[in-house]
Amino acid sequence: MGGGGGAEEELTAQETALYDRQIRVWGVDAQKRLSKAHVLVCGMNGTTTEFCKNIVLAGVGSLSLMDDHLVTEDDLNANFLIPHDESIYGGRSRAEVCCESLKDFNPMVRVAVEKGDPSLIDGEFLDKFDIIVVSCASIKTKLLINDNCRKRSKHIAFYAIECKDSCGEIFVDLQNHSYVQKVGGEPKPKELAYPSLQEAISVPWKNLPRKTTKLYFAMRVLENYESSEGRNACEASLSDLPAVLALRKDMCDKMSLSESQIPTALLERLLAAGKKQHPPVCAILGGILGQEVIKSISGKGDPIKNFFYYDAADGKGIAEDIPPLSSD
Amino acid sequence: MASSPASAASEEEAVKAAKVLMVGAGGIGCELLKTLALSGFRDIHIIDLDTIEVSNLNRQFLFRQSHVGQSKAHVARDAVLKFRPNINITSYHANVKDAQFNVEFFKQFNVVLNGLDNLDARRHVNRLCLAAEVPLVESGTTGFLGQVTVHVKGKTECYECQPKPVPKSYPVCTITSTPSKFVHCIVWAKELLFAKMFGDKNQDNDLNVRSNESGTSKSDVFERNADEDLDQYARRIYDHVFGYNIEVALENEETWKNRRRPNPIYIRDTLPEEAIRQNGSSRDINNEQEEPSAMVSLGLRNPQEIWSLADNSRVFLEALKLFFEKREKEIGNLVFDKDDQLAVEFVTTAANIRASSFGIPLHSLFEAKGVAGNIVHAVATTNAIIAGLIVIEAIKVLHGDYKKYRMTYCLEHPSRKMLLMPIEPFEPNKSCYVCSETPLLLEVNTKTTKLREVIEKIIKSKLGMNLPLVMIGSTLVFEDGEGLEEDEAANYALNLEKVLAELPAPVVNDTKLTVEDFQQELSCSINIKHRDEFDEEKEPDGMVLSGWSAPVEKQVTSNGGNQSVASSSGADYADGIVEDISTKPGMKRKLDEVLELKENCDASSSAQVVEDDDDDDLVMLDENPKLAKKKRLQ
Repeated sequence: MGGGGGAEEELTAQETALYDRQIRVWGVDAQKRLSKAHVLVCGMNGTTTEFCKNIVLAGVGSLSLMDDHLVTEDDLNANFLIPHDESIYGGRSRAEVCCESLKDFNPMVRVAVEKGDPSLIDGEFLDKFDIIVVSCASIKTKLLINDNCRKRSKHIAFYAIECKDSCGEIFVDLQNHSYVQKVGGEPKPKELAYPSLQEAISVPWKNLPRKTTKLYFAMRVLENYESSEGRNACEASLSDLPAVLALRKDMCDKMSLSESQIPTALLERLLAAGKKQHPPVCAILGGILGQEVIKSISGKGDPIKNFFYYDAADGKGIAEDIPPLSSD
Repeated sequence: MASSPASAASEEEAVKAAKVLMVGAGGIGCELLKTLALSGFRDIHIIDLDTIEVSNLNRQFLFRQSHVGQSKAHVARDAVLKFRPNINITSYHANVKDAQFNVEFFKQFNVVLNGLDNLDARRHVNRLCLAAEVPLVESGTTGFLGQVTVHVKGKTECYECQPKPVPKSYPVCTITSTPSKFVHCIVWAKELLFAKMFGDKNQDNDLNVRSNESGTSKSDVFERNADEDLDQYARRIYDHVFGYNIEVALENEETWKNRRRPNPIYIRDTLPEEAIRQNGSSRDINNEQEEPSAMVSLGLRNPQEIWSLADNSRVFLEALKLFFEKREKEIGNLVFDKDDQLAVEFVTTAANIRASSFGIPLHSLFEAKGVAGNIVHAVATTNAIIAGLIVIEAIKVLHGDYKKYRMTYCLEHPSRKMLLMPIEPFEPNKSCYVCSETPLLLEVNTKTTKLREVIEKIIKSKLGMNLPLVMIGSTLVFEDGEGLEEDEAANYALNLEKVLAELPAPVVNDTKLTVEDFQQELSCSINIKHRDEFDEEKEPDGMVLSGWSAPVEKQVTSNGGNQSVASSSGADYADGIVEDISTKPGMKRKLDEVLELKENCDASSSAQVVEDDDDDDLVMLDENPKLAKKKRLQ
């Protein structure tokens, strides 16, 4: 029972029975498209684990996991795919252990491990996939993969997702995306053009609306700090606060933004989080990302363009369009 | 999650020490149990009545194919213990309305989390939480929409302070004579024809069973003649309900003055003689072990396809015959069930043949099943998001951050940039009959209405009481439940059949009734107003209850009219009811209310919480210059 099947082929009785409730949400065509989509996830943590569960249940064609890091006790925190038993996870990579659990969730989806280092991914390798999700990687790696996705002739959707304790960020690049929008029950074709990750993170801050979520700025400061210090993703901690505050001043001065737009308390929270992920926030972010990937594969419904932010402290889940379309 | 390390530590302690009750181990429940376990909860009790079905597996990720048929609560518990072996999970394969889950039981918990799929159970849990003074976090999802709300006695509104959607009802005559939508045909096929053929014969049914055909002496054409083979019987039923009954209806010219006249359909016209004889001839090759299916025996494979009238007729005859051949023992006791393939086939094809008569577009089996079973769309992602939001609220409740409680709506498309929209909870509704003591008003004809009708239609059905007790002044006229003395029980049974004015303590204009439910620890007063006449179509109960939040009509099912064209238990929601936001106009209304309320708060008190260090306010719901101005003034 492969995940595939041509567009003309009907779903099997088994698929119809299993996917009954969701076909009622997105239709048979979307379900067929899902079953032909190939997804790569780089970096297994609480958030991507949630995402993987969601799309395996939804019935994608295949899911490949790339994460060679050996499982440590830290990984157990927000990850329900790793059993609490060292005899099972000891000496094995995160991708291997997670893959084993995910296979069980839906026998109609092929789940596999891709060995390798995300920072060395080349363009040709990406052609095997329709969707790339990157997490716990440096901004350098994310930029490289995003750039490679954009250079391929095949359309490859790119997502980056990070969760820092109670906060989270999702970046979406669908390049040129055509989809069907429902307006008052009537389907209407629509086109969206996405900026690259590079374009989206290097917008002059003074060009952004005052209401832009503070998390956007705070994440850029941390990203900048980690990359200038040569740190891996999420390796900064509370002890880095003074240096991070100095960098904030620097960046704000350069781009004429009031420092109050990036509250110290927020940076403190993000630094204190380190690699810690709050499981309910992982569930929320992994759910939103799952939904977005389903929208992009099915070509149905308005996708997020191009950032999503969640902060449990105020409870808002916000979509931001950066850089905003401007007339100047 | 907390804003400072100190409060993070105390939150962690609160979570570790908490004892929580989860009601429901389905779509939301599976996600919730997983997220609770990962978040550090150590003592979780979970109640669910259901067993696992194949259509659950696309989202209830703790379950596998091999678990189909087993208890959701037990399997969910075992699955979570595999990745969190050192926590305590207590599972109950039981109905939350069972007597064992009384107020005392609820009192042992610090918070109750609902992941339910029906209104009835939600109302019941709400009452127990109010009585036990335990905070409740309530939730629901439909497709990409979802919501989480917090209910704490005295601080926020209770679950029943605002009207809830209930299944839509249709007038009897629309169903029996003048259908204009496919759903009307489904209701007819399910509640009248299916019920008549395979359900309880003693139930009231509006289907015309009499026949004027010559040579028929029987009063009920649905009875099978002794010398009649199944083929003949099936064709006679077909001709009666799709042909003869339509002819009879056509005689009433008044009905069709401004309507399209339906076409009677007879089997001789839809299926040539030969096809009838061959119908189902391939059936014998079926594996006897498998569930009988008319479409399978006729070689039809695709439930997404819209069949022709001829194919619908073939499947209809075949399904009818299969019921008599393979499931004869069940006939007389069957109730339509969306997971019963043969029943779905029968109802789909009957509805399609009727739709064909009335010029209504036909539907596929897949679509018809959704309408007949009130199947609500459900996906894993929304449930995961909602479960995450429930845990976030539960932690606030345990930590006592009541100023931070939020109701959160999960939207399909961003509204003012928001996909997850938090809203401050409302204050309790002062006229809510559940959480306040405001009396209700019942207009009723006290001279003709029996006590039984008041108990069934008002106290049980509308007020949602389980085991009610009725008092008039100090006279007890009715009590439900076990443990009654024999003479008491006999006495109450007699009272049930008496009209109100003739009860031992007569109920007349201005009498005050007290009704109580001991299990729910709910008591309310009903003032009686006598009225002689009621409009049969508009006031089908023959009674009018006011002073309560009348449910909002929504969804497809039947119910209505003064007779029983109804599925009484309401809709079967996949993972719960999404309140008003499931329809755009409703959403608008709800949000408008929020705006109004917030405005009032702003004007009268400092109740609004401003958390951020600037004017990044809690929620901006709509363009409202007045409100925006107020915000800036703060």
